[in-house]
Amino acid sequence: MASDRVARSPWRWFWSGALVVSFGLYYLAGELLPRAATRYPAAWRIPLKDDISAFMNWLIEDATLGLVTFKEFTRGIAWVLEQPLNLATSLFATGFLSGVGSNAEQILPPLSWVAVIAVVYLMGRYARDVKLALLVAGCFGYLALFGQWHSAMVTLSSIVIAVPFGVAGGLLLGIAGYRWRAFERAITPVLDLMQTIPIFAYLVPILFLFGFGPVAAMIGTIIYAMPPMVRVTMLALRSVPDEVVEFGRMAGCTRRQLTWKVLVPSASSGLMVGVNQVIMLSLNMVIIASMIGAGGLGYDVLTSLRRLDIGAGIEAGVAIVVLAIALDRLSQAYAARTPTGRAGGETSLVKRHPWTLLALGIVVAAYLGGLLFAALAEFPQAWQITTGPFWTALVKWVNVNFYDTLEAVKAALLINVLVPVKRFLLAMPWAWVIFLVAAAGWWLGGWRLSLLTAALSTFILVTGQWADAMVTVYLTGISVVIAALIGIPVGIAAAGNDRAWRVVQACIDTLQTLPSFVYLIPVVMLFRVGDFSAMIAIVAYAVAPAIRYTAHGIRYVPTELVEAGIVSGCTPRQLLFKIRLPLAMPEIMLGINQTIMLALSMLVITALVGTRDLGQEVYIALTKADTGRGIVAGLSVAFIAIIADRLIAAGSNRVRRRLGLQ
Amino acid sequence: MNIFERVSAVAMAGTMAVMLAAPAGAAVESEDPIKLTLHDWTGQLITTRIMGEVLQKAGYNIEYVQADYIAQFAGLKSGDLHVAMEIWETTGREAMDEATATGNVENLGETGLQAIEEWWYPAYMKERCPGLPDWTALNDCAEEFSTPETAPMGRYLGGPVTWGGFDDERVEALELDYEVVHAGTDAALFAELESAYQREAPVLLWVYAPHWAPIKYEGEWVEFPPYTAECYDDPAWGSNPDTAYDCGKPRGPIWKVAWSGVKDKWPGAHAAIGAFTLDNDEMGAMVAAVDLEGGTVEGVVDQWMADNESRWKSWIGM
Repeated sequence: MASDRVARSPWRWFWSGALVVSFGLYYLAGELLPRAATRYPAAWRIPLKDDISAFMNWLIEDATLGLVTFKEFTRGIAWVLEQPLNLATSLFATGFLSGVGSNAEQILPPLSWVAVIAVVYLMGRYARDVKLALLVAGCFGYLALFGQWHSAMVTLSSIVIAVPFGVAGGLLLGIAGYRWRAFERAITPVLDLMQTIPIFAYLVPILFLFGFGPVAAMIGTIIYAMPPMVRVTMLALRSVPDEVVEFGRMAGCTRRQLTWKVLVPSASSGLMVGVNQVIMLSLNMVIIASMIGAGGLGYDVLTSLRRLDIGAGIEAGVAIVVLAIALDRLSQAYAARTPTGRAGGETSLVKRHPWTLLALGIVVAAYLGGLLFAALAEFPQAWQITTGPFWTALVKWVNVNFYDTLEAVKAALLINVLVPVKRFLLAMPWAWVIFLVAAAGWWLGGWRLSLLTAALSTFILVTGQWADAMVTVYLTGISVVIAALIGIPVGIAAAGNDRAWRVVQACIDTLQTLPSFVYLIPVVMLFRVGDFSAMIAIVAYAVAPAIRYTAHGIRYVPTELVEAGIVSGCTPRQLLFKIRLPLAMPEIMLGINQTIMLALSMLVITALVGTRDLGQEVYIALTKADTGRGIVAGLSVAFIAIIADRLIAAGSNRVRRRLGLQ
Repeated sequence: MNIFERVSAVAMAGTMAVMLAAPAGAAVESEDPIKLTLHDWTGQLITTRIMGEVLQKAGYNIEYVQADYIAQFAGLKSGDLHVAMEIWETTGREAMDEATATGNVENLGETGLQAIEEWWYPAYMKERCPGLPDWTALNDCAEEFSTPETAPMGRYLGGPVTWGGFDDERVEALELDYEVVHAGTDAALFAELESAYQREAPVLLWVYAPHWAPIKYEGEWVEFPPYTAECYDDPAWGSNPDTAYDCGKPRGPIWKVAWSGVKDKWPGAHAAIGAFTLDNDEMGAMVAAVDLEGGTVEGVVDQWMADNESRWKSWIGM
């Protein structure tokens, strides 16, 4: 401990000095230093984006793989993916058709709403109990009652295909990473990029390569939603106890048997966390997917909000949330279900598969019933209800009565916090910022990390995106601080009480799956276009992990330590600040890390309310179909994310070591 | 029903469908569906659905595909998508020119609709700033249009950066005491207008037509010195001898574009799309019928088809 304190003190001096120098630079840089010190000269830029655009053109136009061109190859993949998707869409939404376009005739109608609700009820009943069954049936009932049925089924059919692909792909990559360390090292940075490059950045090449429509949207969804599955798989397989693996070896398993019969089943509860993330992230992509032809609920959200029909937007958004909840709870229950032993082989088909047969029976009955009564085939319009006018009126009421109060709060925050921070960051000379980032890397993780952070920030500089990147850092930085100030106390409060935790959990699940576009428009009405509205949207989306991880960390502080504290006479306050919080710190830092990642992933959405950061750059590149510009800006977002991630991970490791947790 | 019976039933139904469709399709060059793109604003849905209905009357097989306004060009160039009915001179020109330059996309001429884009204010602002709509009155009312962040300058809410529009340059050239704030999407733009209108608060922003907003909200366009090509090209033109852009925005046509292959694959459809025209007034009425009176796009389009039979018949040579 003593040596540690000695080692830390020079750094303390260093950071205090750095702070003083920064302020000095803020006040003096304008006069003392040439303009090139704060504004990187255009002439020094590396024209990387042109090279990327040229490469993409070559890939799309000329590249060949022996017999077929690269484009034919990717179109082939798209065709393969299209088959199951078509099947699912026919089954849930459009019915089976013969012919194409407006000449198509329906041969078989889609599943009736009665059948779908009955089947999900039975699945819930089979997987756990009546309570779950009622929950999922209620979720699907909402879709029918609020007139979202058709769109929801279109969305559902793309989700039920994208999720298995994401899960299977993630599982295979994860197993490969578990087996070969080299593969893991190679794939980790790729996963980082997949998660942090905004999808708008690579949308244009995807459209060229995979064609325009639901399949391209699905591929984008899979790219975005798969990485957590890969990571979780590697983690879950590693944490299978050695005894289990040894036992498998002793029983004479081949390598393949060991993987599929021993490792994967014993890691299944961990793997389900990955499945949950794939489902949630796929539903997150619904809005963006609808922009490239996926249709469904995302399209409804977009069109309603363009008409400023806030109520309809909220109802379609909530439909996405209930779909997420139903799918998530069902998949969790299936994973937790312990298979019951099968008694003998001689039982009849009915006895072996009672649920499946019952479900099939209902589907057929509902189909036949639908031929006689139209109400069975399609939920009648007359039964539908809407709360649309209520929401519109509510927003209007808040707007008319509270606008001035909100305006005062907003102006105070803008003038005293947001604007000064922005000016400060933009006034810093780039060389100084890169130096500080490198120093932070050295301090927390040694020379390797220092080199990495310096290289990544230099990339942002030389590709000419420094000012945009600084605005990005300012906007996400402030949002993350606010999210932490809200999230950590809420997490602490919720950790102590099971009932409170359940309520909080439902709230943060909703915040994460409700498309941010739904609340962005009311926020703009109350706070006008600009950084402040963007900040609110980012905080609303990114606060969830701060709450979740804090609560998790505090709940799992070893009870012996807490009891030791009580025995030695700690007050509840001391218990929190001296024992629980410090021990939960690594977990809380992980939460902050995730908060940063989510905040950065919101940048593209906030570009829609007029921020001028890297997200806007990506968005502009998309609207101008400029592949290179989009990818370079997207990489810069990813690099900011990676710098933050690595620094926090290194910092968290230091804390862990100091607490003797490792 | 066993699987073989099922398959043969399906096959038979399929054959019958093709046979039934055959007489109507006998006149057309290809049975493949023509894919028309749908975007997220009502006017475009109406134009596209009218075109689709007309093509269907001519016997063509059509399919509607939801696509993003700009991202669709990737599909038009590769032939995955075929027809886009509304490319605005004012917002889509750049992407359209880039696409037509590749030779894979063809401009099929004007829709007859004229895009108007200009600074706009609600009618109640005229009492507070009596000099409007003349642009010279703007500086007298800058305080009136200001917000805490921009005071003492007025605040003008411009369109998304991607729309262009040269508003920053215009403010400079006409020496207006205004700060330009860019909205990110038009949803955000009109959300601000709705909010201000509910409170009768000052607001000055970019509005365009044909759109439901100038129908729903009462207001006027600011009258700048009228646009000419010289104004944008030649600094010497206009009130400010040193800078360009000292005038209003151009009003431009809305274009129809198609994948170049349409001409060879469906020549008749190509001619019909080329012949299609509407005008601003009928468009405004149809947009209002949907967005403000709660009608459906399909219903409004059916009504138009019934009322204008001779017009659309001439497009397809009937």
